[in-house]
Amino acid sequence: MNARTELEIVSPGAFASIQDDGRRGFRRIGVPWAGVLDRQLMRIANALAGRPEYAPVIECFDGGLHVVAHGGAVKLAVAGDAVVEIDDTGGRRQLAPWRSLTLAAGEALRIRKMDNGRIAMVAVAGLDVAAVMGSASTYARAGLGGANGSGRALTTGTRLALAPATDESRGLDRVLAQAPAADTRPIRVVPGPQADHFGTDALATLVSGNYRVSAEADRMGIRLEGARLEHAGAAEIVSDATVPGSIQVPGAGQPIVLLADAQTAGGYPKIATVITADLGRLAALRPGQTLRFAAVTATEGARIARATEAETRALIASIRPLPADGVDLVALYSSNLVDGVVHALGPEYRPLY
Amino acid sequence: MSHRILDAGDAALTIEFGNVIDPALLAAVNALDAAILRLQHGGGLPGVIESMPTFRSLTVFFDPLVTDRDTLLPALQPLIDAVEHCTPTDGRHWQLPVCYEGEAAPDLAEVASTLGIDAAEVVALHSGTEYLVYMLGFLPGFPFMGDLAERLHLPRRSQPRVRVPAGSVAIATGLTAIYPWESPGGWHLLGRCPVPLFDARRASPSLLAAGDKVRFVPVSADEYRTLEAGLRRGEIDPMQWCVADASSAREAAA
Repeated sequence: MNARTELEIVSPGAFASIQDDGRRGFRRIGVPWAGVLDRQLMRIANALAGRPEYAPVIECFDGGLHVVAHGGAVKLAVAGDAVVEIDDTGGRRQLAPWRSLTLAAGEALRIRKMDNGRIAMVAVAGLDVAAVMGSASTYARAGLGGANGSGRALTTGTRLALAPATDESRGLDRVLAQAPAADTRPIRVVPGPQADHFGTDALATLVSGNYRVSAEADRMGIRLEGARLEHAGAAEIVSDATVPGSIQVPGAGQPIVLLADAQTAGGYPKIATVITADLGRLAALRPGQTLRFAAVTATEGARIARATEAETRALIASIRPLPADGVDLVALYSSNLVDGVVHALGPEYRPLY
Repeated sequence: MSHRILDAGDAALTIEFGNVIDPALLAAVNALDAAILRLQHGGGLPGVIESMPTFRSLTVFFDPLVTDRDTLLPALQPLIDAVEHCTPTDGRHWQLPVCYEGEAAPDLAEVASTLGIDAAEVVALHSGTEYLVYMLGFLPGFPFMGDLAERLHLPRRSQPRVRVPAGSVAIATGLTAIYPWESPGGWHLLGRCPVPLFDARRASPSLLAAGDKVRFVPVSADEYRTLEAGLRRGEIDPMQWCVADASSAREAAA
């Protein structure tokens, strides 16, 4: 088999880009970190595919990603509450996510839709993306990173060159023993840095009601709609640094949460900051969904970060080989999804070995 | 110097020296930034990822799995206290070409009429001052520079543009800037600079750094096109517009 092993993007779906853990050290010259919106999903996807946890992945939104293997076998893994569909010698079938699988040349995988959340990570064994300023992460505004040095999100027809997997790797796939539990707790925020630019009630308002995710929600940030947050004075400050999670509030009093690709500085007062542990969960909310905020101290936020890290490590430690008769497992997952009687990722989900 | 410590979540904190644009605040910010970088590179600040200097504050980003605000603050306090005694370091001096003509200057006539002076005077005022680079951001390589001559002070445009062309030289709120990238923007566009401000292939991707000084030199539309073509073909080194480098002069003397 002399043909190069490649993964072709037949469709990027709603939006898909190459991301890793992001580009550090350049905020001082205006370069945001970029990187995956949910680090836990990236780490699980990579671990399932047998890759380093922080290796580049395909991050995709809202389903529709469609890829096909060329030239040789390609091992993939999907993390996120996605409905995965494959076209292979067995025909078209649905699979549960949170596992790896191996496509032979000509076989295809599609993220048909997302059940919960809007972000899935697809790890691809052998995917090697050149780092630009220390990271493969796509930051389109400045044309940094991305597939084949394009500096852009993935487009139809993009081909990702891969180090070939062996056909024997088929069947040596892995599965997460237990899908991460859906977390519906409030999104936790640390008040500040400019909480004092708001009226005395504004923080209480922020944490007391529902906010709805507007249609303006992407890798840069999420514009929310809900109870108005009143400024004490001007709705402008002399620009200072933003961080991923900054909740800035322009004059209209509706909050905007900044995410991985957001501008590094801004002139709107920031009432609070979403803690790092809750950023992925926030970014995964779809337009129209609602959320609540809860206030914690910075010290408590750091404690939550450490607890979340322990959870992530436990999840990764739970990764098991798929049984050799993986085809039966596939059928079982598939019938669960098709019947809708037992949701493969719901509370009834059980490891099948 | 008086300061406040502000929480910016569980993974960053901001040391704020003031809330206005003032070169004295900038000197404190940049002195603290340099001190933190030195300590960080010496391994003295485990968990610190990077720092971000702005007009009036410094934000320190850290990994909450390695450190937290309560651990970091005692390590930072001596550096903050020492800022009192700092003298601002001299940045580099630049003379950047700007075309203030025709389509490169879409707002020049309107700015002139708003201010009640003629366009030539706007250009003379804008190119007659050496500006301090206060900070970089919100976009990669975007320099916030000041201070504008009093006569040129204007609020932002009431209708921001959806597309400001890359290279646009703009003014608003007492500051001037160059847009390194096409982006939305609400500043008044007076001209166009052909020199790329950001190149990921360079060791320092941003041409300018906080603390540098910049003067604009008017060029004709023809000169602009020649420079732009030469830069695009790689025949012109942007460093030719760096007319004085205080740090290399210091190194040479040492």
